[in-house]
Amino acid sequence: MALDQSFVGRTYPATEPYEVGREKIREFADAIGDANPVYTDPEAAKALGHPDVIAPPTFVFAITFRAAGQVVQDPQLGLDYDRVVHGDQKFAYTRPVRAGDRLTVTSTIETIKSMAGNDVVTVRGEVHDETGEHVVTAHTMLVARATEEA
Amino acid sequence: MAARISYDDVEVGTELPVQSFPVTRATLVRYAGASGDFNPIHWNEKFAKEVGLPDVIAHGMFTMAEAARVVTDWTGDPGALVEYGVRFTKPVVVPNDDEGAVIEVGGKVAAKDDEARTVRVDLLVRSAGQKVLGMSRAVVRLA
Repeated sequence: MALDQSFVGRTYPATEPYEVGREKIREFADAIGDANPVYTDPEAAKALGHPDVIAPPTFVFAITFRAAGQVVQDPQLGLDYDRVVHGDQKFAYTRPVRAGDRLTVTSTIETIKSMAGNDVVTVRGEVHDETGEHVVTAHTMLVARATEEA
Repeated sequence: MAARISYDDVEVGTELPVQSFPVTRATLVRYAGASGDFNPIHWNEKFAKEVGLPDVIAHGMFTMAEAARVVTDWTGDPGALVEYGVRFTKPVVVPNDDEGAVIEVGGKVAAKDDEARTVRVDLLVRSAGQKVLGMSRAVVRLA
């Protein structure tokens, strides 16, 4: 069943702040095998003009995807989460995420489409720091695959 | 942010150094822990096959993270990234053997913006001879 178009534009409450830690960034950089010292060495980060170590570009997804859970699990929207796959992902950065950031995410349903029986929902997650400055916006397209009998 | 590459030294068509990133089951378990994405399709073969996949597959976001490295290694400063987007077109299948899979990433400068001093890099991301990401593009600000 097609999702209700009137949910387009709906914005969910901002999340509680997520505090970005140096060791969490190190763990993530290790997990993707990236030895760039800007992720682990505050001096290397400062040499490039950053106040502290920065996070790899896709690090923030863990935070925005958790926030998108509000949309995915909204019983009124009725997305079938067991059938959801990640269709595409975009980030638009004002600045890199860095250690010490306290980030909040505000999620908005950007588009709802029905394609070949699949429900396609794009969620925009706007990430701000503790001073209210914009850090990055994540656009996450989720596809709920059509059920076989449909 | 201080990218190492100068805008004026880059032309449309400039190729970025190709890189290969190995992925094993251990890589995926580690990424699951670091990212908080514990979906069993990324570590449980039985579950993956039950939902119709050929085997365990890599996290799409892991592949996206590896592809970005071709750009961030080139510029030196990952903070120079302005935009980055991909489409997840094919899964990276990771067998339970000593070799796992390999993600191969190449990139080419596709456009320049003189006003913003940014370039758009189009990435080609393949595994096992197949393109695994589509519309894979990064915009970076150069020195």
